[in-house]
Amino acid sequence: MRYTLSLVAVLAFIWLANSGHYTPLLLTFGLLSIALVVFLARRMGLVDRESQPLHLSMSLPGYYWWLFCKIVQSNLEVASCVWRGRQSIHPASARLETKLQTDLGRVLYANSITLTPGTVAVELEGDEILVHALNAGGLEELRRGEMENRVRALEE
Amino acid sequence: MIDPVLAVLSGLALALGCFFMLSGAVGLLRFPDFYTRMHAAGVTDTLATFLIVGGLMLLAGWSLALLKLGLILLFIFFTSPTASHALARAAQHSELRLPEADRQREREAEPVVESEPERIAEADALNADRV
Repeated sequence: MRYTLSLVAVLAFIWLANSGHYTPLLLTFGLLSIALVVFLARRMGLVDRESQPLHLSMSLPGYYWWLFCKIVQSNLEVASCVWRGRQSIHPASARLETKLQTDLGRVLYANSITLTPGTVAVELEGDEILVHALNAGGLEELRRGEMENRVRALEE
Repeated sequence: MIDPVLAVLSGLALALGCFFMLSGAVGLLRFPDFYTRMHAAGVTDTLATFLIVGGLMLLAGWSLALLKLGLILLFIFFTSPTASHALARAAQHSELRLPEADRQREREAEPVVESEPERIAEADALNADRV
């Protein structure tokens, strides 16, 4: 029930933010479309802990802020590699083991890897993630596991 | 009408965003192969997008446009890693396949080793029309 309510709230926010027309007729249409989407999502079994990670709503903003700083930092690195030319890059790829237990944690981790420029998660199979990095240093940093530890802290 | 401080800030953000967009584009042309080019493209859809949309948000002021720009930013940040991953994953089905990906398959499924050439042939067949 909590998840349904949060889905309704999210959809209502998206509808209101995108519409800009607040006449009774259009609001009714909006309400109907939200009801239809919620009905479909429930029928498809999509409304659960995984699609609406409410338990993370407290800790996720902190993680996103850390990730954002990381993204800015690695953007600067990649941009400087671009201007310094080919000799400044040393592409490498490797399979990294992950100790993350939940699917949600693994997906969050792999997406974070992809979102930071300079590293891309190519394949996620079981406990291993195949990562391609622009510089071997990027792989080293992932092996040190700061990002993984932060995602693990979210899992618990 | 618009606060001069906001105007300067948004101008700065837009200019920086343009610079990173340009960096991404130059990297796309300069880098040697598919994967490294993907990293260059990553610059355009993270920081560059953030700076440009952020600069526009500062210009928009408190209005509906602000919310819409915020939603655009949110959706880009959620979809771009998925798109990058799909791209990299698709490359695994072609001759661009990373060697690390193969080693894992062999270790994992010993009896299927004979079918390795078959799989490569299959990948070739899939790519035949794209060459």
